[in-house]
Amino acid sequence: MSIEVKNVSKAFGNVAAVNKVNFSVKEGELMALLGPSGGGKTTVLRMIAGLEMPTEGDIFIRGVRVNDISVQKRNIGFVFQNYALFKTMNVFKNIAFGLKIKKWKRADIAGRVEELLKLLGLEGLEKRYPHQLSGGQRQRVAIARALASKPSVLLLDEPFGAVDAKIRQELREWLVHLHKDLNVTTLFVTHDQEEAMEVSDRIVIFSKGNLEQIGAPREVYEQPANEFVARFIGVMNVLEVEVQNGVGRVAELEFPVPTHPDGKKMLIGFRPYAVQISTDLAQYRYRAVLVRTYFLGIMLRLELELPSGLVLRSRITKEEYALLGLSDGREISLQIRQYRVLSSEASGLPPELHTTYELPPTIGEHI
Amino acid sequence: MAGHVQSKPTSLQTASRRGTEDAPWVKWTLISIGLVFALVFLLLPLLNVFFQAFAKGWSVYIASLTDPDSWSAIRLTLIVAVISVPLNLVFGLAAAWAIAKFEFRGKSLLITVIDLPFAVSPVVSGLMFVLLFGMQGYFGQWLDDHNIKIIFAVPGIVLATIFVTFPFVARELIPVMQATGSEQEQAALTLGASGWQTFWHVTLPSVKWGLLYGVILCNARAMGEFGAVSVVSGHITGQTDTMPLRVQKLYEGYGTTEAAFAVASLLALLALLTLGIKTWVEWKTQRAYDQAQRAVADLKSEI
Amino acid sequence: MADKKFNPLPGFGLTMGYTLFYLSALVLIPIAALFLKTFQLSWHDFWRVVTHPQAIAAYKLTFGASLIAALLNAFFGTLLAWVLVRYEFWGKRFVDALVDFPFALPTAVAGLTISSLFVANGWLGRYLVPMGIQIAYTRVAIIIALTFVGLPFVVRTLQPVLANLEGEIEEAAATLGASRLRTFFSILAPTLFPTVLTGFALAFARAVGEYGSVVFVSTNMPYKTQIAPYLIVVRLDEFDYHAATAIAVVLLIISFLILALINYLEGWASRFHN
Repeated sequence: MSIEVKNVSKAFGNVAAVNKVNFSVKEGELMALLGPSGGGKTTVLRMIAGLEMPTEGDIFIRGVRVNDISVQKRNIGFVFQNYALFKTMNVFKNIAFGLKIKKWKRADIAGRVEELLKLLGLEGLEKRYPHQLSGGQRQRVAIARALASKPSVLLLDEPFGAVDAKIRQELREWLVHLHKDLNVTTLFVTHDQEEAMEVSDRIVIFSKGNLEQIGAPREVYEQPANEFVARFIGVMNVLEVEVQNGVGRVAELEFPVPTHPDGKKMLIGFRPYAVQISTDLAQYRYRAVLVRTYFLGIMLRLELELPSGLVLRSRITKEEYALLGLSDGREISLQIRQYRVLSSEASGLPPELHTTYELPPTIGEHI
Repeated sequence: MAGHVQSKPTSLQTASRRGTEDAPWVKWTLISIGLVFALVFLLLPLLNVFFQAFAKGWSVYIASLTDPDSWSAIRLTLIVAVISVPLNLVFGLAAAWAIAKFEFRGKSLLITVIDLPFAVSPVVSGLMFVLLFGMQGYFGQWLDDHNIKIIFAVPGIVLATIFVTFPFVARELIPVMQATGSEQEQAALTLGASGWQTFWHVTLPSVKWGLLYGVILCNARAMGEFGAVSVVSGHITGQTDTMPLRVQKLYEGYGTTEAAFAVASLLALLALLTLGIKTWVEWKTQRAYDQAQRAVADLKSEI
Repeated sequence: MADKKFNPLPGFGLTMGYTLFYLSALVLIPIAALFLKTFQLSWHDFWRVVTHPQAIAAYKLTFGASLIAALLNAFFGTLLAWVLVRYEFWGKRFVDALVDFPFALPTAVAGLTISSLFVANGWLGRYLVPMGIQIAYTRVAIIIALTFVGLPFVVRTLQPVLANLEGEIEEAAATLGASRLRTFFSILAPTLFPTVLTGFALAFARAVGEYGSVVFVSTNMPYKTQIAPYLIVVRLDEFDYHAATAIAVVLLIISFLILALINYLEGWASRFHN
């Protein structure tokens, strides 16, 4: 294991920022700490770096307990959210700083810096000062500086937060490639679920100082452990139902949940893609009116209002939309192909309740 | 801002000036009053110093300055500045580091204490040291027994000067250090730098202009301090007279008016030099600020 | 206490320790000496010294002249700050730099040159004296010297506030039909007032303690042109340490009060921000 976080808590005064968190990062893994701002993920990252001290619990880097090792001695590479480049030094000196501190020979420093400049596509910029660089270049200088003395782990705090939406995409792909080339254990903090899904091998999801779920992007998307994760990762329809005779009911919708007792209230969640629609009103069980269409590029999101006033969200491709000849105000029929029972934070249900119930396939299914 | 409006001053445009612009007569009246006030209160006294100093020609001017007692005053002033400015520089750096980079209880009280010399009358400042180290003072007898002279001697002058000038460096540095934050320092730590290395390579270069400004202000005050030094000096001609005290002595009849103005002209030159460096430093930091702003703008338009 | 905030930066103990040591040696011990000396006087003696007619006359002159000087600075300083921030004119940068001149010029030199401007053959005195206007060595000269040394305070506290004032506020007032004069008095003046007051208090505090320049422009006659700091020096020269200290304590306490007022005013001035 490259990084291990064991039972770590952190309190600022009376405020618990991180609450008994456990997770580990494998050697060479690219991992994301994901959560809304104020979720405690940056605090965890800073505790691993040694910029904050845990109130309790232990942190290990490559098997060594580092709680009592100062930030200088932990041999980590840290990339700050706003990069924290040394404003009074040029690119070369910024990258060389850590090597100079570690008393490398001049020729070795020059060689290493040149290597990094090439690796990060910064050739020809070594004489520039931070204020003469673009946002993307600054970020790459910050990463080069952090990588210079071959740290055992690379920690990045919101690495794409300070750049424009458009180059953010470019930088993400670039980070994946860089990680593939160097194979250095990388842990980064982000509040953007799309970013975490796209870039990382595994994701740790935080909310209000608590670890909600760890897993591969596909896992957390398809099997969210609880309501928070379900709502945070992608779009999900979440409904509260009451069980009667093994069927959860809300308004006109019915969800068979055979193993749950009568009278129980629970949350049912389903992704927009699980809501199938047809212009043939007889095809599916429920009727609804298409009240609004959102264009998201190749995919469209539809808001469907049931006679009871309940609104569901569905998602279809542009072609399909055209094929069906849909428009706002059109009446349609729908079915919910797949749904799961969610444990809700409030009710404190154990996370093993993410069973999937499949409805029997219906005729004319074509997604 | 209003440049394009003023480019063609036709009567039509004057009539349709922007709602937030003052009428020309208001503007020029205010400018005139301001200029006359600045002229009478600032420029006239300044020019008068040099005019009076050179009223009897260069040779008298040079002779006034090379007079042994005046010369000794110049030397003493330099010695006092050379001792007190570096001490206050170290204090300013230490205080600014503790106040700007850390959170602790009683911070605003500490800042108020640092500001204290600005509010205390220089005469009272001098008096406090007389009460401690003078012949009638708390340590007077002990110092006399050990043959140490502080009051009416150079050490007293240095002490009084340090007291009056210690806030300058700290006061300039604290806001600058607070504004730069401590992320760059933390970055240096993650790269393995020790506290000293971080301070030397990262903190100091980023506050150098503020530091320079604080030091020159501190120096100007150290060389020009009158009240506090006057109380502790004893006015021994050729021994404990600093330049400002020498000016007084010459003016009050122990010399000529020209000689007083000659010494004063050196102090006025020092003031001009201080203003010059200040303007230059402001220009430098303004330029750095503009560059940063432009970089941010570039960042936003970078697609 | 246990959850004292962790800060990875080193050096707090060293720098804080040094700061406290330096301040104790330079500020706390000397001020303690001042109060200790005062406590050696009985209340009766203390009262007799600080309310001596000569002392009362000196306070009156000190605070009266300082008040007038600070008021002059509040008016002209506001005007100068406005002109420097709002208008473009030839020589503006020069005037702006010159505003700091009283900070940089030793007060002794200021007193010397102001005094020589108003004597019978001085640049201003040669016109004023024949008209029967005698300024040199009078209380007016003291006010002028105090105005000079306090001049930068109002300008420099007001300038950044004026520069950061959003033009939109004035534009909003204009769109609502307010005239410039109306906008100034009902929108700008209330916003700027606390800042002007802060500058005024700073200039006043500076003037109350001022000594160097006044020595040169005044005859320092008891009951007439003698300011309180000068009286302290007189008592010292008479080796009357107790009297000197008592008057110094009165000045010091007043300085503390002004300092507290300034801190309060700064808080008040920033209440509209953030």
